[in-house]
Amino acid sequence: MTLTLRSISEEVPQSPAMDLEKQLALAAAFVRRHSIASIYHAGSGHPGGAMSCADLLACLFGAELNFWPSGIDDPHRDRFVLSKGHAAPALYAVGAHYGFCDAKAALRLRKLGSPFQGHPHVLDLPWVETSTGSLGQGLSVALGMAMGLRMQRSAARVYTLLGDGELQEGEVWEAAMCAAHHELDNLCVLIDYNKLQSDNRNDLIMRLEPLAAKWRAFDWAIAEIDGHDIPQILSTLRRAGATQNRPSVIIAHTVKGKGVSYMENVPSWHGSVKLTREQAEDALLSLGASRNEIKEFLDVDGG
Amino acid sequence: MSMVAEAPALIGTSGDSLREAFGKALSNLADEFPKLVVLDADIAGGTGVHHFRTSHPSRLLQFGIAEQNMMAAAGGLAAVGLLPVVTTFAVFCLRAVEQARLSLAYSRRNAKIVASHPGLDVGPDGGSAQALEDLAAFRAIPGMTVISPADPIEMALATRAILEFEGPVYMRTGRSAAKRLFGDDHQFAIGRGRIIRQGTDVTLVACGVEVARALEAAETLAQESVSARVVNMATIKPIDVELLASCAVDTGAIVTAEDHNIYGGLGSAVAETLAITRPCPVEFVGVKDVFGASGEPEELANLYGLTAPHIVRAAHRAIARKQRISGRRKNFR
Ligand SMILES: Cc1ncc(C[n+]2csc(CCOP(=O)(O)OP(=O)(O)O)c2C)c(N)n1
Ligand SMILES: [Mg+2]
Repeated sequence: MTLTLRSISEEVPQSPAMDLEKQLALAAAFVRRHSIASIYHAGSGHPGGAMSCADLLACLFGAELNFWPSGIDDPHRDRFVLSKGHAAPALYAVGAHYGFCDAKAALRLRKLGSPFQGHPHVLDLPWVETSTGSLGQGLSVALGMAMGLRMQRSAARVYTLLGDGELQEGEVWEAAMCAAHHELDNLCVLIDYNKLQSDNRNDLIMRLEPLAAKWRAFDWAIAEIDGHDIPQILSTLRRAGATQNRPSVIIAHTVKGKGVSYMENVPSWHGSVKLTREQAEDALLSLGASRNEIKEFLDVDGG
Repeated sequence: MSMVAEAPALIGTSGDSLREAFGKALSNLADEFPKLVVLDADIAGGTGVHHFRTSHPSRLLQFGIAEQNMMAAAGGLAAVGLLPVVTTFAVFCLRAVEQARLSLAYSRRNAKIVASHPGLDVGPDGGSAQALEDLAAFRAIPGMTVISPADPIEMALATRAILEFEGPVYMRTGRSAAKRLFGDDHQFAIGRGRIIRQGTDVTLVACGVEVARALEAAETLAQESVSARVVNMATIKPIDVELLASCAVDTGAIVTAEDHNIYGGLGSAVAETLAITRPCPVEFVGVKDVFGASGEPEELANLYGLTAPHIVRAAHRAIARKQRISGRRKNFR
């Protein structure tokens, strides 16, 4: 069968006529569907945390970052670092949607010889900016970028997405203290607060609360939002951009597995799971994909 | 539409992986070692420690995703008389090497580090997750014992042995389903290598997943009328000096095989030892100072040169070098 994955993303008219919020909702839907498909083809991967951050990624890439495929070498581009590197399928999908990579190629997730490794690798895909996968390091790298850009008088901003479980790493708080000390207002952290981590709920593994108070104590500008509410994400990102003399953190309350009914809030769908054909189909149906789209995503060869 | 409700299939937990064997052994040994406590950083489902969590929940200490804190806390637990076993993936042990150095080894604490998911055997998670440096890093810490068992039976025996042993230990388990190589009468002692196949032309010295590949290589070599001895060198530090020296004397050629960088691990330990005891040609099978990538473990072993045919070719090289040396010796006479 002919593959029209590209057309799925092209279904999203990029014309200003179309309401931005609708475009972003379609982008997020594509991110979720593509992630499910790539994890299905890979036979392993982390679906839960890819679903929870899809709306945040869509808003960043679709409306916030000054970063386009034509400008991946531009020294003044905004930077995005996926600190929770295991959500790589979602990053590859949003990249595919916005033209940083090919959607069909990105279905070869985790395969030998594919640049779409289980965790992002900057030497394979320069637009991922830095290699991640070991939790807690991405924020430090983003901090270094923010410092360096400011030293070079660049107006570029740096964004990074962290998992909530990831916040248990001490390095995150070293970076948090450092960013506030250096008044890095060009740094913005997004937290995918889905309340779950690898083995269980955050509050059973290692309590994070009171989370906003922790960031406040570290002297960051804080916003707490619904991480699936696109207008709210957009307006909060805009406000974060205007923050002066302080780094900003957006605590985005999300649902792990969001959009796939059987995955939502179920810890065992964290990873590294093998999706059966039936599970993948059910997930795509749950995400509103048509029969045709499901076939296109799951029957693609070269997987 | 049908709703799929079953739990997802966890990758790699099926079969008798070394990590599962370790987790079961820990749980079986817990009553015998009342001071034993197990430290986890939100990854018990992956390290095999979920067995211990089920059997002895009050002795499983949860640290969250915070390996450095966990490592140094083990020093504290040991300081007050407990027997801590730190568990996480090998690559995240690297993150806490300095804590292991100061708070465990330098303070000579009786604490154990058990690392799952070592080497290319990690597979599709990719280069960022494949620890190819852990044996080197932990071997370089004074007083640290370094172990890498080869099959589930040996894993269980090694688990007991490290609990009985006094002092800091770093031990690898493994992610993939592991072949049974040894019988129920198998023996394990820290610091002792074992000849698991006799041979006279070359010795294949292996650890971890490479032991099965070395046995396979010896089989191929036998068909080519080359008699290969196979040594399971489950303890990398302290290495079995006498056994290595006798293998050098008996076979005159050595091949090392490990799922690790060729620098700093088993191969280096063997070469360092032979250099000051019985120098002989040594060939190294391992990852050639590069990072890994995503792929299935067997595909990666093939791509990076860790399979039985790679060991066979290395054996031929070692034997050829031995013959050139003995040829030269003859010319001198
Ligand atoms: C330093 C480090 N320790 C452990 C892991 C293994 N690991 C991968 S994902 C994960 C749980 C992450 O939870 P969270 O940050 O909440 O991510 P999300 O829920 O968004 O998937 C763990 C423990 C890791 N990748 N890095
Ligand atoms: Mg989480």
